Amino acid sequence: MVLASMQEGKLALPAQAVRAHRVARKSSARVRRWKEVSLGYLFLAPSLVLFAVFLFYPLVKSLYLSLHLTDPRGRIAEYVGFDNFAQLLSSSMFWNSLSVTALFTLLTVPAGIVIGIVTAALTHIKLPGMRGFQFVFSLPLAMSVSTSAVIWMILFHPSLGILNYILQQAGLSPIQWLTDPSMALLSISMMTIWMQSGFNFIMVLSGLQGISEDYIDSAKIDGAGPFRAFVQIVLPLLSPTLFFLTVISIIGSFQAFGQIHLMTKGGPAGSTEVFVYSIYKEAFVNYQYGTGSAFALVLFAIILALTIVQFAFVEKKVHYQ
Amino acid sequence: MRNPVVLLQRTALYAALALLAVAVIFPILYTVLQALLTPEQSSQYPPVLWPDQVYFGNLEKVFSLIPIGTFIGNSFMIATTIMIGQVCIASMAAYAFVYVAFPGKKFWFTLFLTTMMIPWEVTIIPNYLTVKSWDWIDSYQGLTVPFLASAFGVFLLRQFFLQLPRELFEAAKIDGAGHVRHYLTIVLPLSRPALASLSVYVFLQSWNMYLWPLLITNSDGMRTVQIGISMLQFEEMVSWNNVLAGVAVVLLPSLLLLVLGLKQLVRGITAGAVKG
Repeated sequence: MVLASMQEGKLALPAQAVRAHRVARKSSARVRRWKEVSLGYLFLAPSLVLFAVFLFYPLVKSLYLSLHLTDPRGRIAEYVGFDNFAQLLSSSMFWNSLSVTALFTLLTVPAGIVIGIVTAALTHIKLPGMRGFQFVFSLPLAMSVSTSAVIWMILFHPSLGILNYILQQAGLSPIQWLTDPSMALLSISMMTIWMQSGFNFIMVLSGLQGISEDYIDSAKIDGAGPFRAFVQIVLPLLSPTLFFLTVISIIGSFQAFGQIHLMTKGGPAGSTEVFVYSIYKEAFVNYQYGTGSAFALVLFAIILALTIVQFAFVEKKVHYQ
Repeated sequence: MRNPVVLLQRTALYAALALLAVAVIFPILYTVLQALLTPEQSSQYPPVLWPDQVYFGNLEKVFSLIPIGTFIGNSFMIATTIMIGQVCIASMAAYAFVYVAFPGKKFWFTLFLTTMMIPWEVTIIPNYLTVKSWDWIDSYQGLTVPFLASAFGVFLLRQFFLQLPRELFEAAKIDGAGHVRHYLTIVLPLSRPALASLSVYVFLQSWNMYLWPLLITNSDGMRTVQIGISMLQFEEMVSWNNVLAGVAVVLLPSLLLLVLGLKQLVRGITAGAVKG
């Protein structure tokens, strides 16, 4: 019995120790896991806080503002339900700015992409001097909207601008670039295409650089000329890049603001009043934060729809390598 | 002998390229040349394109007309702050998404994804009201803090971190290095190319910002170059070559950045197009 108890005691001690050890290891694993999780959230915290304050809260607040009338200091005056939206949809200003933006998109996006393809494809040919041309075509990347707008306003000047001087030298009559309602949007589009050309060039060029030479070589062996090889082989392979570029260009043109604000202030006769300019005018000139927010939410819906189209619909039809 | 058809093709190619290059570079070249014209030359008709001497009077005049030194200082300060802030904050989040195991990772990552679909213009009215209620109008905080987090930066860096060899992480763990040490001494130094891309891209974007500084700055002391330069345009009695001299001064840092960091910038821009 003594022996047994001794044996028991002897056995009991290690068993206890093992259990204690196990508990300790379990809890230290738990501590380690807890530390890992809290570190993960700690690393995410700055981003999350900033997104919450400057992105998600404003989105909710926009919705809230769009259902109310506000005073010029942004305080809520009364709840009006969907009146702001109804008013918006029945105002000619809304439909005008929607159609101006659509026209602006049509004028800038296809031309911009074609210029991007041409400049990138030509400088992608392996010949001397191409690095220099590549640098020149990427130069507009450094241009901001305000420097571009100031330069082009001077180029566009009706009596002293260099563009009209060139036209006159060529025996043509001068153009009222920014003051003729039928011309102003076209002029702004020209300037915008120029300003964006560096970005489009870089996007298409890096798309081209991602295409294996083998494809083009095999097309050449089949006897295709350089132009046919480009259209039939390279363009389809480039379609993911071009598609992505198209979508972000459309989104970008719906966000245009600076050049309009600087060059025409939406005029003449509202002919250049694009969407974001209308939002700006509603909210920060007329102090109508409610209708301004309703305007902004319509913009959000349009851009969201474009993004969804990108992800869900057209991406399937684009050729991927 | 060269094939005449090839020769003709090449001549046509270079002619087309030269024409396009002239069209692209003309506004920039015109700006620089006009900035160097003397007042007499700039008022001549027909317009003088090429200065016959290097004249810096316009540049001096710009500095006396508007506080352009202050504007440049402000823009530099703001762009640098946003750049450093975005690189730090985005690299931390990207590190957590790649190396740290925590529940809800997928959810948070999707949430980050969705933030890319919210255009800044949509949130501008509430953000303006927020910043105004905090008395951040005309302040560096107001100009920088809303831009310190970017989902784009997180994606760009995450993509790069995923390509780093996993063995380094295991080796650091065996050496007893925790996450913070691993992040600071291994991941960040190895990611210099990606960090440089993000930095150049963010700096240029912040330097060129227009709508937000337009809304929240009122005093000359807080204006950025982009707003300041457009003010010059509407000043009375300011001649074109003075305006263009101002534009040239503002363009100089961006052009310099483009020359030095084109490779990084291209990587930054095209990262957005990478799938996955």
